[in-house]
Amino acid sequence: MATLFGSGIKRREDPRLITGKATYTDDVKLPGLLYAAVLRSTYAHAKLKKVDVAKAKKAPGVVVVYTGADVRDKLNTVPCAWNVPNCDLKVPPHPPLAVDKVRYVGDGLAMVVAESRAAARDALDLIDVDYDALDAVVDPEKATQKGAPELHKEVPGNVAFTWKVAGGDAAKAFAEAPVTVEQRILQNRLLPTAMEPRAACASYNPGTGQLTVWVTSQNPHIHRFLLSVMTKLPEHRIRVIAPEVGGGFGSKIPGYPDEALVSFASMELGRPVKWTEDRSENYRVTIHGRDHVEYVAMCGTKDGKITGLRTKVYAGLGGYASTAAPGVPTILHGLMYSGPYTIPNIEGTIYGVYTTTTPVDAYRGAGRPEATFLLERMIDLYARKIGMDPVEVRRKNLIPKDKFPYTVATGITYDSGNYQGALDKALQMFDYKKFRAEQAKARKDGRYLGVGVTTYCEICGLGPSQVAGAVGFGGGLYDSAIVRVYPTGVVRAYIGAKPHGQGEETTFAQIVADEFGIPVENVEVVAGDTEATPQGWGTYGSRTTAVCGSAVKVAAQRVKDKAKKIAAHLLEASEADLEWQDGKFTVKGSPDKGKSFGELALMANVAWNMPPGVEPGLEATAFFDPSNFVYPFGTHICTVDVDTETGEVKILRYIAVDDCGPQINPMIVDGQVHGGVIQGLGEALQEMAVYDEDGQLLTGTMMDYAVPKASQMPKVETAHTVTPSPVNPLGVKGVGETGTIASVPTLVNAVCDALAPLGVSHIDKPLTPARVWAAIQQARGAGGVK
Amino acid sequence: MKRSITLEVNGAARTAEVEPRALLAYVLRDQLDLTGTHIGCDTSQCGACTVHIDGRAVKSCTVLAMQAEGHAITTIEGLSGNGGGGGGGGLHPLQQAFWEKHGLQCGFCTPGMIMTAADLLAAKPKPTEAEIRHALEGNLCRCTGYQNIVAAIQAAAGAR
Repeated sequence: MATLFGSGIKRREDPRLITGKATYTDDVKLPGLLYAAVLRSTYAHAKLKKVDVAKAKKAPGVVVVYTGADVRDKLNTVPCAWNVPNCDLKVPPHPPLAVDKVRYVGDGLAMVVAESRAAARDALDLIDVDYDALDAVVDPEKATQKGAPELHKEVPGNVAFTWKVAGGDAAKAFAEAPVTVEQRILQNRLLPTAMEPRAACASYNPGTGQLTVWVTSQNPHIHRFLLSVMTKLPEHRIRVIAPEVGGGFGSKIPGYPDEALVSFASMELGRPVKWTEDRSENYRVTIHGRDHVEYVAMCGTKDGKITGLRTKVYAGLGGYASTAAPGVPTILHGLMYSGPYTIPNIEGTIYGVYTTTTPVDAYRGAGRPEATFLLERMIDLYARKIGMDPVEVRRKNLIPKDKFPYTVATGITYDSGNYQGALDKALQMFDYKKFRAEQAKARKDGRYLGVGVTTYCEICGLGPSQVAGAVGFGGGLYDSAIVRVYPTGVVRAYIGAKPHGQGEETTFAQIVADEFGIPVENVEVVAGDTEATPQGWGTYGSRTTAVCGSAVKVAAQRVKDKAKKIAAHLLEASEADLEWQDGKFTVKGSPDKGKSFGELALMANVAWNMPPGVEPGLEATAFFDPSNFVYPFGTHICTVDVDTETGEVKILRYIAVDDCGPQINPMIVDGQVHGGVIQGLGEALQEMAVYDEDGQLLTGTMMDYAVPKASQMPKVETAHTVTPSPVNPLGVKGVGETGTIASVPTLVNAVCDALAPLGVSHIDKPLTPARVWAAIQQARGAGGVK
Repeated sequence: MKRSITLEVNGAARTAEVEPRALLAYVLRDQLDLTGTHIGCDTSQCGACTVHIDGRAVKSCTVLAMQAEGHAITTIEGLSGNGGGGGGGGLHPLQQAFWEKHGLQCGFCTPGMIMTAADLLAAKPKPTEAEIRHALEGNLCRCTGYQNIVAAIQAAAGAR
C-alpha cells in the first residue's frame, strides 16, 4: 500500500471553509445571547480620576456596565506565565479593567453588556471619563533613561528585567580581533493582523456551575488555566472551545482581560455574553510584535572567521507583561545568537522595558527573527569591511555537517543539520556567479541590483518540558493525542494542540491512516475543545507536528500493538509470527490467513473473543515529550532592483530552500513557506506600527498599517533538503516560522548590497521608498560615491 | 426606527427587521445566519465580507442593508447555486480550485477571495497573473502569501 506520508493530498479541513460552513467564534449564537463592548483609554498614560457609567446604564438595551472598581475584587489580575529566572523579573499587577491608572491607548476602562452589538457600542459613548494626563514614553531605550515617565510604582526606571547570555570570552575576543563592526538595529514594531479579530463568547450555567467559553485561541488548555486563574472558577468547571480560528501568528496565545470579563459577566447574569473586537480595537489591544532597539557588534579575523558577537538590546514590553512576553526576547532570542555558525564568544544583555504602548508578545518567529536579522545583517557588514564575499563568509563559519549534535556558545545543543547542503542547493538554483556578473554590468549602466543570501537555523518544536520548567515557562511543552478506533474501523484522533490554518487535520490523518493501512477519509482529527482533547499546550513555536504529531504517531502505534495481540489470539498464532502487510496482520508464511484492521477494530469493540487479560476497546493515549528542541534550517536568496531616484525596491527573485526534515504533506509545507516569506517581506518593506510621542497609535487601522497585498508581493520559489531530526519518531522539524525568520534579513541585505556602490551600509526597516531614498541622499551627502 | 426589508439572498426572498444604520454584512451574519461572510476590518480594506449584489462583487460592510433592498445578493453559501455545496459535492469551480491548489489556510479571508475572484472571471475569463493580483487589491490574506490563491484562480480560469 502506498504511503500517505510525503503525499501532497488535498486538505480535509477545506470543504467547510470554502463553502462558508465553518464556525468561527463570532459565528457562535446562543439563546439569550448578550453582546459586550469595552470602553478603552484614549490616553497612553494617565491617572484615572473618574469613570462615570450612570448614563450608560440607563441606555436602551443595556443590561449592565462594569468598571475596574466593580471587578477588582471579583476577578484576579491578568497573569504573566513566563517567569524567566535569573533576571530580576518584575511583573506588576495587570487589572482586567484599569482602576487608578491607564498605561496604553486601549487599556480597558469599562465593559458594557447589552441586548445587541449596536446597543453595547452606543452606550460606550455615554460613559464619562476623567483623566489626569501623564507623560508617555513609547521608545524602549528612552524609557530606561533618567527622568523618563514611570509606568509602575513597583518598577522604578521601567526595566522589567535584565537578562544576560554569555559563552566563551567576548571581552577577550573583541580586544584581540583585528576587525570589528558595529551597528544600531531597530526591530520595527509589528501588528500581527490575524484576519479574524479576537472574540470570546462565554456561557455559564448556574445550575451545573459550568462555564463554557468559545475563544479565538491557539492553545485552549492554556486559556482554560488562565481563565481559571482570572475568574477563580476551578479548572474542571471550565470548558474552553477554540472553534475555527482565523489565524493567530502568536496573537492568540496570550490570556487577555476580555475573555475573563465576558466569563465574569455570564457568571453574574446567567446568560451567554459575546465580545468581538473590531480591527481598530485589535490594533490597539491585541499584542504587538518585535520592538527592539539593539546595539550589536561583531568581531573577526581579516579572512572571514567570526570570533565574537556582542549585543545590548532594549526590548519593549508595552504597558504590562503579556503571557509569554519575558521569554520572547530572552530564551527565544538570546540563546539563538550563534545562528548556524560556530561563533565561539557571545555576550548579550537584554533589557525588558515597560513603555506606554500595547503589550508586546510572541509574533510569528518570536525572538528568532530578531536574532537572525541582527546576525545576518552584521555578517554582511563584516564581509563588506574585510572585502570578502558575504556567501564565503557564511560558508567559512557554518557548523560542519559532521559535528551534530552541536553545542553552541550560548549553551544549547542543535539536533541535526546540513547547512552547506541547503546553501549549495540554493546557490545552484540561483547561479550566484552569473548574478554577480550581471550586477557589475548593471552598475555600469546606472542600475542598482542587489542580492541577499541568508543562512539560518531556528529553535522550534518547543520542547522538552524539563527545559520549559528550567527557563520559567509556566507550563509543560509536551503534547498529547488520543487515538480512538470505532467498531466500524473508522478513527478519531483527539489532539492537545490547536491548528488554525496549518493543516494538521490532514497531516495527522495521514500519519494515522498510514499506521493502520486505512484510507485517510476514515480518520478525523479533533482539536480545540478541552472537554474532548487531552491536556496539551497548543500551536505555536513550530511545535505542532514535531511534538503533537509525534504523540499521534505513538498513540497509533500503541493501538496497533493491542490490535496485534488480538490478531494473534484470533489467528491462534504467536505475536512474533505475525507481520503487518497491506492493512492486515498475517501469519508469516501463510499470507491468506490474516485479520484486517477493520476486523480487529470490531472485535476489540464488541469483545466477544479477546485474548486473556486484554481489556475491551481499541484506543490509546500518548503524551509525547521530546528529548530536545528541533532546529530547522535553510538558505534564502533574494534579488532586488532598487530605483535610486524614487527609493522603490523591486523584488526580482525570491528563492527559499528550507529543511524541516521529512515532509508529511509537501503542498502544506510550501504553503507555510509562501505565507511566512511574504509576512517577513511585509516586515522588511512596509509594515510598522507607529506611535507618536504622546503614545497615540498612528497606524491604528488597516488604512494606515501596510499589510502586504497580492499586487505588491513576489512569487516564492521553494525547494528543500531533508535532514531528519533524531529527537522525535517522525524525524520532523517544523516549518511554520522559517519564512518570517529568514526573509527579513534576506531582503534588507539585498537592498544594502544594491546600494553598496553609493556608500549605503544600513537602512532601518521597513525599507519604504522614502527611507531608501533618504538613505541614498544621506550617503551621497556624507561623501559616498556618486 | 427599525424597518422590515426584503432581500433576495441566494435565490430566496429573506425578510429582516433592520435599523437604518445596519450594515449588510451584519444583517447577513446576525439576522440571516449566513456566517460565511466574514468581517475582518472596520475600514473596508480586508474584503473578507465580499458578496455579490446583482452579480458584482461588493464589500458588504460598505453597504447599508436598506440599500440592498430589492437587489439579488449572493453569498459564499449560495455561490455554487445548490445551497452551499460542501462535502466535496456541487462546488463552484473556484471553490474546487481553491481546494486543489491549497489556496487557503485559516480560511477566514477565503469566502471574500472567492467572491472577488468570481467577479473577476465573469468580467475577464482569462486574466493574466498581474491582472489577478491587481483584482485582489481589496482582499487581504495573512496566511498564504497569495501565491496559491493566484494559482487557484488561474486553475479555475483554465477549467472553465
